[in-house]
Amino acid sequence: MPQPALIELKSVSKDYTIGDETLHALANVSLSIKPGEFIAITGPSGSGKSTLANIIGGLDKPDSGSVEVEGADLAKAGDRQLSVYRNKHIGFVFQAFNLQPTYTALENVMLPLVLAGAGGKERKARAQECLNDVGLADRMSHRPTQLSGGQRQRVSIARALANKPSIIIADEPTGNLDSAKGREIMTLLAGLNKQGITLIIITHDMEVAKQASRVLSIHDGAVKEGRS
Amino acid sequence: MRLIDIFTTASGNMFRSKLRTTLTIVAIFIGSFTLTLTSGLGTGISSYIDKQVGNLGGKDVLIVQPIGQGPGSDSGPKAYDPAKKTSATAFGTTTTALTDSDITKIKSVSGIRSVEPNFVVVTDYIVGPNGKKYQVSANPYVSGTKVELATGDQVSNDVSERQALLPVDYVPALGFANNEAVVGKSVTLGVTDGNGKQHQITAALKGVQQKGLTNSGGMNTNEALTQEIYRTQSLGLPKAVTNNYQALLAKFDANASPGQITHLKDELKKKGYAAKTIEDQIGTFKAVISGIIAVLNAFAVIALLAASFGIINTLLMSVQERTKEIGLMKAMGMGGGRIFLLFSTEAVLLGFWGSLIGVGVAEVVGRVANHIVTTTFLKDLPGLQLLTFPPISILAIMGLVMGIALLAGTLPATRAARQSPIDSLRYE
Ligand SMILES: Nc1ncnc2c1ncn2[C@@H]1O[C@H](COP(=O)(O)OP(=O)(O)O)[C@@H](O)[C@H]1O
Ligand SMILES: [Mg+2]
Repeated sequence: MPQPALIELKSVSKDYTIGDETLHALANVSLSIKPGEFIAITGPSGSGKSTLANIIGGLDKPDSGSVEVEGADLAKAGDRQLSVYRNKHIGFVFQAFNLQPTYTALENVMLPLVLAGAGGKERKARAQECLNDVGLADRMSHRPTQLSGGQRQRVSIARALANKPSIIIADEPTGNLDSAKGREIMTLLAGLNKQGITLIIITHDMEVAKQASRVLSIHDGAVKEGRS
Repeated sequence: MRLIDIFTTASGNMFRSKLRTTLTIVAIFIGSFTLTLTSGLGTGISSYIDKQVGNLGGKDVLIVQPIGQGPGSDSGPKAYDPAKKTSATAFGTTTTALTDSDITKIKSVSGIRSVEPNFVVVTDYIVGPNGKKYQVSANPYVSGTKVELATGDQVSNDVSERQALLPVDYVPALGFANNEAVVGKSVTLGVTDGNGKQHQITAALKGVQQKGLTNSGGMNTNEALTQEIYRTQSLGLPKAVTNNYQALLAKFDANASPGQITHLKDELKKKGYAAKTIEDQIGTFKAVISGIIAVLNAFAVIALLAASFGIINTLLMSVQERTKEIGLMKAMGMGGGRIFLLFSTEAVLLGFWGSLIGVGVAEVVGRVANHIVTTTFLKDLPGLQLLTFPPISILAIMGLVMGIALLAGTLPATRAARQSPIDSLRYE
């Protein structure tokens, strides 16, 4: 019996017009993501990988087509609904970490909990738990500048985990790291997938793509199953 | 996100750029400080005037004159009517005189209890223990008036003794040792009659009167004394002249409502008389003062509006600087509404601190200024608080400033709320 889809994209297109040239960042993409999948999205630079990830994560909206999550269409959702979706269901991990430089590791991880309206004790306990899970129990009160690149990415993974998301979207998470540190981060993310979190990773790295249960490759906005 | 978290986050963000925030707060401070001082001045002066009017008593008195009298009347030249006599006033203008028949007519208006002529009495000099003669003017005392006293008691209109109050600066001039030495003593007044002959009238001194807005120099004389001066100055004048009055004082029920007073005025108007209460007369003066204060307040509000551009500027810069942070907050699930609220809160906090410091410093400066002014060049006006800061107007000013700040914050806050998270995160 086929598993019901977690996210269903139907004929999703996104265009950018620069001058009088139209660029198809995503061209008629249809795809179905099932719970617990580990998907690697590969493709050359500028092919539309981030655009696809942002649409799945509710950060961006398609020009046409639908993005169905639990029966609702993200393409038609309002700001409030999308905000709740991003806060409760999605954890983002960025290439540039995007940590708050003035906050400690703990405070950075507490941010999504603060946004969710969690109480003081609860947010601290949960943030400590998440930092512990990524192996940074002894770096809670360090600021981002006092941490190495790999440690910073761990903090951002802990932050993505804070609200117990069903999906983690990582856009080139190892792009700013050396290969040894990159492998550590990949092991960490793959471990989270084994615990049941759906994982979508954008990467150039074929070694990374190999660990995934499913590979999607994009060329000029068109998605193909499997390695290209 | 909880409101308390929005508040603490906004509060923390505000001081990330300390210098810029401080400068903006200084601009708001200047506006609030000025507004607090000007409005404090307005309140201080008008409450002083109110108190003076309260001291006047005579709340049950209408000053009645024929309609169209005096300078500034809008009725143009009036045709000569031999039935209407004229009398010369102290101001040199010719006015229609009132006679005993007017007294009867006004008395017949229901609600009027009694009508008395408003005597204009003229004294030549006053002389005391040291025998030196000084010029003095006389103010007929109106029953119920509380003249501000340095010592002694008010005079009474119900006794046959001729009583007066001595203005405070006559105390040493006439040769009295001090204010207390005046009470119970008597002075002599010189009055010239209709034939040019000078008479002397003795008056008992009941007390020493302070200077005030409403009794600038003239000595208060009770009814017995006023009558005697009037009788003396009228000696030798034909009855037709002595029974001509410039104005009449009509008394009504002291508990009359404003509506009833208006009704009385209307009734008198129908009969051809213009009637004013003492408060009406002071009211014109108050209107001028309020006008001046309103202009000063307007300048302060302009300063605040200028400061509001400082708020807009500061917040636009911080939206710009925090582009990436705003994108991140959005990616983590902060909605546009909450982002708007965050920046609006920051704007209101700028307004709060600026206005708090502004009203605080204004209060201190106001107290010091009050002390200096009332102990130096305005010390003759006891009870004057040049600047008063009732809590309600302090709160109103802070509310106004925070309201202006909130409005100023809408532009930057809207810009932040509308920012696209992807563009913000891409921003390098
Ligand atoms: N805001 C934008 N305006 C114009 N073009 C854009 C914008 N965002 C993305 N693009 C273009 O869309 C294409 C896909 O971008 P993106 O999804 O970021 O590619 P990548 O696969 O490198 O992540 C690129 O050619 C990019 O230049
Ligand atoms: Mg990309």
